[in-house]
Amino acid sequence: MSQDSADLVSFRVARRVETGERARSHFADRIFSGLLLGSAWIILIVVCGLLAVLVKASWPALTTIGFKAATLAWSPSDDRYGVLSFAFGTVVTSIIALALAGPMGIAVALFLSELAPKRLAGPVSMLVELLAAVPSVVYGLWGLFVLAPVMRTVVQPALGKWLGFLPLFQGPPLGIGMLTGGVLLSIMILPTVAAIARDVFAAVPIEQREGMLALGSTRWEMLTKAVLPYARQGVIGALVLALGRAMGEAMAVVMVIGNTPAVSASLFRPAYTMASVLANEFTEATGQTYVAMLIEIGLLLFGMSIVVNVIARALVWSVSPKGTRAV
Amino acid sequence: MKQELRTDRLSAFYGAHCAIRDITMTFRPKSITALIGPSGCGKSTLLRCLNRMHEVIANTTVKGQVMLDGSNVYDSGIDTTSLRRRVGMVFQRPNPFPTMSISDNVLAGVRLAGDVSDRSTLAEIAERSLRRAALWDEVKDILNRPGTSLSGGQQQRLCIARALAIEPEVLLMDEPASSLDPISTMKIEDLMREIKTDFTIIIVTHNMQQAARVSDFTGFMLAGEAAPGELIEFDESSKIFTTPQDKRTEDYITGRFG
Repeated sequence: MSQDSADLVSFRVARRVETGERARSHFADRIFSGLLLGSAWIILIVVCGLLAVLVKASWPALTTIGFKAATLAWSPSDDRYGVLSFAFGTVVTSIIALALAGPMGIAVALFLSELAPKRLAGPVSMLVELLAAVPSVVYGLWGLFVLAPVMRTVVQPALGKWLGFLPLFQGPPLGIGMLTGGVLLSIMILPTVAAIARDVFAAVPIEQREGMLALGSTRWEMLTKAVLPYARQGVIGALVLALGRAMGEAMAVVMVIGNTPAVSASLFRPAYTMASVLANEFTEATGQTYVAMLIEIGLLLFGMSIVVNVIARALVWSVSPKGTRAV
Repeated sequence: MKQELRTDRLSAFYGAHCAIRDITMTFRPKSITALIGPSGCGKSTLLRCLNRMHEVIANTTVKGQVMLDGSNVYDSGIDTTSLRRRVGMVFQRPNPFPTMSISDNVLAGVRLAGDVSDRSTLAEIAERSLRRAALWDEVKDILNRPGTSLSGGQQQRLCIARALAIEPEVLLMDEPASSLDPISTMKIEDLMREIKTDFTIIIVTHNMQQAARVSDFTGFMLAGEAAPGELIEFDESSKIFTTPQDKRTEDYITGRFG
């Protein structure tokens, strides 16, 4: 065999090896993308399956009660299944929780990512994340035995004294009610806001911070004019996640909200939320309509979460100038 | 002399590590001074010491003096915010603020200073700054678009406009064209020549041709294996690039290392 043909053979072998390798890696690519696609589909299927089961199980209520569910009175023994008071309780406690935990969580996150010395930031971050790991029933017990008495003896009398001209803070300080539920929820969702917002702030590029500082900004202006706007979408995401948790929380709320299907202007009054009525009454529900109605409340809660998400997304879109990092 | 900027035995540290040592140099007003040297020689550190951006990084310290119009910028009575308004900065990578429109980006520093709030004056400042940065014709119809919608070269000129809008005395440029294509680079060099009649410009560059093309003066810096960066030679660019006095400068500009 001449040198030329030997070269040719080795060239061909090399080609074959190369194409073989390419084919193999191509195959691996396909498996990998197939796995990813499968995972994405599973999420879609789970969501749709959940929706289908909820609709099916609540069908008896949907057909027999129908729009009569959009009333206030909840009295299963009289066949009255109005859910508006639960929706009211869920909305009010979630708003209180977000109003308290939102600014607080963002402040904690700013402190951890921007101001705290490293030696302090590490342990404090860990404690914040630990807060998220406490089971909700433990929060509930703490709320009942510690928070509620404090609310009754200290916070609510003070609010009544100074802000009692507002209908929100009128009436006897009961300790148990919407305000206590909201405060407890705010403590529970604080780690969600703080931990996510901290990561979002930490991801703001150094160029953005230095760009603002180099224009003659103070550190505070750098935070409010460069870091916060850049991180805005992520922060809204953190708030939406936290709100979702507040709306869906059942056990802790059951223990401090008073479990009374009522709508009142005063935050001191007891109420009921959608998630807590599910948790509280499901085991004792008798009769097909009662059970189906509770499941319908679950379906409505699911729908409310979706609506909140959509509104938040729309909010992000509306504040981003066109062509920026839209999600 | 008015608007004179000079350093006196300036040293800068990251923790215990000394990045530059005993740099003494005077920057001629209304001209372009280039700082060249191999990577890690401390030229960016020196630049960042001039507007006290060095201290933004944790655990950094500075020794020596930076004199601006006869007062040391490291004096305790000096406010960094007003200093940085007098000594502006353009960074290596374009960093427009993504949530702001083009005109808001240009006016970001003016709004920080807070002494102009009149709409038509702000619009005038924006136009003048964008014209100086040779960007006006390209963006005059899209001033409300986000700054990040522009191309890389346009974004960098936007950042230059932003720095010029607050009328600094000195403009520091840290490898402003290193992430840009040749045409964008040329535009930035052209505009540097245009604006040097109004501003003192100090540019850090890796690109010796760029230093030779645009600068009036050139400082060559060099750091040893473990030794901090020092100013080896500082002279008119025409001399540095034709008849360098120091052997190391000659080796560097003739491409023997770095």
